[in-house]
Amino acid sequence: MTSIVNRLGGPDIAGTVESPALAPEAAAAVPATTVPVTGERELRLDLFRGLALWLIFVDHLPPNLLTWFTIRNYGFSDATEIFIFISGYTAAFVYGRAMQEAGFVVATARILRRVWQIYVAHVFLFTIFLAEISYVATSFENPLYTEEMGIMDFLKQPDVTIVQALILRFRPVNMDVLPLYIMLMLFLPLILWLMRWKADLTLALAVVIYAVTWQFDLYLSAYPNGVWAFNPLAWQLLFVFGAWCALGGARRMSRILNSPVTLWISFAYLLAAFFVTLTWYIPQLGHLMPRRLEQWMYPIDKTDLDVLRFAHFLALAALTVYFLPRTWPGLKSPWLRPLIVCGQHSLEIFCLGVFLAFAGHFILAEVSGGAVMHALISLSGILIMWGVASLISWYKHEADKGAARKAVRSNADLAGGG
Amino acid sequence: MPSVSWWRCGMIGTALALAWTLGLATSARADDPPSCEVPSYLLTTESPLAKVTDAVKKGQPLDILVVGSRSSTINTSEASAYPARLQAALKDRLPVVPVNLSVELQPKKTAEELASGFVKLVEEKKPILVIWQTGTVDAMRSIDPDEFRTAVNEGVSALQKAGADVILMNLQYSPRTETMISVPPYIDTMRAVAQERDVPLFDRFAIMRQWNEQGDFDLFNPTHGLELAKQVHDCLGRALSKFIIDAAHLGPAQQN
Repeated sequence: MTSIVNRLGGPDIAGTVESPALAPEAAAAVPATTVPVTGERELRLDLFRGLALWLIFVDHLPPNLLTWFTIRNYGFSDATEIFIFISGYTAAFVYGRAMQEAGFVVATARILRRVWQIYVAHVFLFTIFLAEISYVATSFENPLYTEEMGIMDFLKQPDVTIVQALILRFRPVNMDVLPLYIMLMLFLPLILWLMRWKADLTLALAVVIYAVTWQFDLYLSAYPNGVWAFNPLAWQLLFVFGAWCALGGARRMSRILNSPVTLWISFAYLLAAFFVTLTWYIPQLGHLMPRRLEQWMYPIDKTDLDVLRFAHFLALAALTVYFLPRTWPGLKSPWLRPLIVCGQHSLEIFCLGVFLAFAGHFILAEVSGGAVMHALISLSGILIMWGVASLISWYKHEADKGAARKAVRSNADLAGGG
Repeated sequence: MPSVSWWRCGMIGTALALAWTLGLATSARADDPPSCEVPSYLLTTESPLAKVTDAVKKGQPLDILVVGSRSSTINTSEASAYPARLQAALKDRLPVVPVNLSVELQPKKTAEELASGFVKLVEEKKPILVIWQTGTVDAMRSIDPDEFRTAVNEGVSALQKAGADVILMNLQYSPRTETMISVPPYIDTMRAVAQERDVPLFDRFAIMRQWNEQGDFDLFNPTHGLELAKQVHDCLGRALSKFIIDAAHLGPAQQN
């Protein structure tokens, strides 16, 4: 195994990475304590988080050939759901353990440090965005798009805009995930504290907040107008659900997860969702859709994590867990290595992905467009993400060698977004 | 046990490959020659334009009203914008039918702000067909897609009640502002409303993107002058005329 797994093979984190959530078949072998003993990192989490990062990157580029490979074209949910769920899962695992060992205050402090890192990353990305926009605003002159260029008007008041960005109210397109993540992490100490008291009750509370959000149409307002593109009040459900799974919920669900009924329901739902998405791309099929169903179903709201999206994610997760056991040998194959490495440094790679998407837009605009260039940019973006992730792995491995004699601490990069 | 897993993975792989092929098939269908050809699936609709069909069959004048924001015109040369081009193309294709067209420009107004004035507008102009171009202002102001949906829905139903056929037209494909304006929710919403109210949707976004990909127009380029805008609008006008003729079943084969 490579460096990162060895590094994590220490007495501390290694144990925490056992994943009952995604390994129901292993549940029987694991004693019923919160902290299982086996010592290997759950590579499936890394794998799918890496995949989510790649898909988010591709989805942020203008549509091209590779866009057809992203899951949002085949169902309701997309990579964001995977990312938030796994982030909740890993964050609860790492910081839940910290809370158990070092207490509430210390764990909270460490979570806040993490929040700060994410915040700084967000501001850094915003700066790059601002530079790009300003360039476009000063160099772009096309009478065809006079109306659309009105969006640059915010540049006339940089004082207001920048302050609004710092308080997370002004967020350009494609920069919505990190603010959501910051909010969720801010509440993580509270979530964990409640979870350790009564896990099921916490999950129920999350469901209630979700329902109330829908019922009373609660939202966070954004600047200059509109709302947060990902409503934290709704998306917390996925995050808390991830945390709940990590802290033993999934093990208790294993019987449900393994039952053929669940699998067939999931499969049928995914298939139905696939046919619905087909009608978006082949409008002629639209008339096969019952009008009643359409009225009930649309719009499938991403901002408030529509229940159809949530269910779609659950179905995907159920099938994945079933068909891809954690002992699957393919997880150690070098072919999946790029994905796994990216998933292991998700905050860095996420930010890199957002930056690369900006850069990709820029190249397409300044150098040349066209399908070949598009594909080339997508592919080289993914290669760069892989390269940087490998570099970070290598560096952390080297740095850890020096620190190995000191007390081993849980490392934040295992936790959400790390 | 492992062999079973492998078999399952194979099944999933096959299913995914199938799905991808399907996806690619829909995108590959567009391999038409350049010169602003539009793949036929973007210009066909199941939703009828009964009043337009009627008017033409009875030989009545075809009164069209275009309601839209800034992207329904070109600065300094309105005669080259798509509404005027549409009128010319329709006159070309339906030589015996008098085609009257008026444009109601409401820059910087959201769908909701516009829709409230529809009843009065239709009473004044009594159009047979209203082409409602919307979404851009809402997307730029990131209006809640839910509210946008309600507004478009109410607007369309007000127009229908006032006795006009309706065509919805969505946003322009604007690659340069893609990182700044989040377009997809508004396009999806308009598609949903069009299906729900059974009105044709002229998918300007997909059509312009198609032209960009086919190489008819380089919409990324920052320095194009007025000429590009004129050409794009001319193509839009012609595509729109085909779309109307198809929806109202006025094609040469369909007329008799």
